[in-house]
Amino acid sequence: MSCLDTLSAYGLRALGMGDRLLPKGDIGLCDQVVLIGSGLIWNVYFAVIAVVFGFFFAVALAVAKESGPVWLRYPARMFIFAFRGSPLFIQFFFAYELFTQIPRMGVDIPLGFTTVTLQTAWLTKAWLGATFVLFLNTAAYTAEIFAGALRTIPRGDIEAADAFGMGGYKKFRRIIFPTMLRLAWESYSNEAIFLFHATTLVFFSGFPAWRREGDALYYANYFAEKTFNPFVAYPIVAVYFIISVVLIGAVFSYFGRKLNHHVNIDEHAHTPKKRFSLR
Amino acid sequence: MCADPSLLDGLGWLWCYLTTAKHMQFYASFGTVILLLAGTVPFIILFGFLGALARRSRVTPIRWFGLGYTSMVRGIPDIAFFLFVPIALDQFVELVRHKVKCPDWAEPIYQGNDFVVCAIAKMPQSSSPQWMHNAWNLSLAITAFAIVFGAFAANIIYGALMAVPKNQLETARAYGMSERQTFWRIHLPQMWVYALPGLSNLWQILVKASPLLFLLGIEEIVYWARELGGTKTSYFTYPHGDWRMWYFLALLVFYLFVTWASQKVFDWLETRLAKGMSTVKGGAR
Repeated sequence: MSCLDTLSAYGLRALGMGDRLLPKGDIGLCDQVVLIGSGLIWNVYFAVIAVVFGFFFAVALAVAKESGPVWLRYPARMFIFAFRGSPLFIQFFFAYELFTQIPRMGVDIPLGFTTVTLQTAWLTKAWLGATFVLFLNTAAYTAEIFAGALRTIPRGDIEAADAFGMGGYKKFRRIIFPTMLRLAWESYSNEAIFLFHATTLVFFSGFPAWRREGDALYYANYFAEKTFNPFVAYPIVAVYFIISVVLIGAVFSYFGRKLNHHVNIDEHAHTPKKRFSLR
Repeated sequence: MCADPSLLDGLGWLWCYLTTAKHMQFYASFGTVILLLAGTVPFIILFGFLGALARRSRVTPIRWFGLGYTSMVRGIPDIAFFLFVPIALDQFVELVRHKVKCPDWAEPIYQGNDFVVCAIAKMPQSSSPQWMHNAWNLSLAITAFAIVFGAFAANIIYGALMAVPKNQLETARAYGMSERQTFWRIHLPQMWVYALPGLSNLWQILVKASPLLFLLGIEEIVYWARELGGTKTSYFTYPHGDWRMWYFLALLVFYLFVTWASQKVFDWLETRLAKGMSTVKGGAR
């Protein structure tokens, strides 16, 4: 089988397309590169959904924690503490067992023109259940970062906004929110990278890989077990992840530059200009 | 009292249930986690130092090695290392022992999809008792953790060494201290206060990574939670439904407590260490 055939057979195997059987007897380098690459689709999917939705929830949580009403502050603090203080691995296990206990039913959501039925049973599937856990987890970590940034917003900025007669939502949208993002951006990009790493945990925790549709590390583990040779599959995963992390870093630094566009560089000479600072 | 659990109910039943021999093993497995954490920390600090010193080295290849070592954890997921390092190390050790102990072995070691070494090269020997196998697996796991977290620690220590004010070192030199003396008497002791926030954060990450031992086939808390929590039919002495959720909830509470208590200790330590240092908290100038 040529490598092109392998690509058509296993290129989208992680999504359930192509050959049903995984390569067994004679496993070549091409099989491993293609199948592990196909698994990377899952990692990207988990990370993108969790980070995008988690961002909005994190902003809400951070604001609730720092300046919300008292009855909101406490739950926000507890939520952040619970998700930051316990291992994601156990969170996955717990959530999976919890989801299997929920009665199986459909929840109708009227959208006006049509009705969508959500099945609670979907929560036991990785595509929804694990994504949900990752979403909550990254929201908690991000909220802590944003809350830290909210605490360090220069007083002068707020006073200037007050002097202009800005208040409430307008002050938040024009002054507080952008400044918070700017201050938090370095740490936030780190969090996104480590969340991307954390997506490899999904199929090693409670969530089963249905029809052997798993992520990059799931397939790497499969090959390492089948061939008894870890020195091929894991380095392939490593290369995929290094490339992905460089790309994530590039995307974040692009937006980071946009955020800092108006800032006088001399005044902010202390802000790290290194694009790829380590943790 | 616990002789016939079928006669018990309520708290009595629960008490007997929670004190079975299997549950005692479950509680002991928390010790395995503590053992791993305690066994790893010295190696993490050691690897961290070596990594940081390599990155500061004047010899270019060593510096590159240090840079590669400290950067790799940013690119590659730690879980990949935890899966890779133990099996790779195991094979490496067996390969070396194979070459030494069975020099006349003609067959290839990688036979198709198999890894074959001669019997006496096996590590540990298949005849050795179970605890030797457990100890070997645990030490492989500790090595994997030390490599990954050592790289993180190297980043932190490297940053902390850079953060020590230059005038402190210049003063030491002006007092006539040699480079070695400056490092050991001034640079290193002052480094800790800058490294502590990073290292305390690292400790929390290490604690939260400890359940990954489960992936390495070690009988620790996640293993026992799954084992004990699963549905027990009336065939068992203590029949119950699927209680895994509650067992995992207990693990979550355990970890929340450990990270919470650690944070308290680190806050106290930070105040202690800052005393007499030329930082905002320390007050001295």
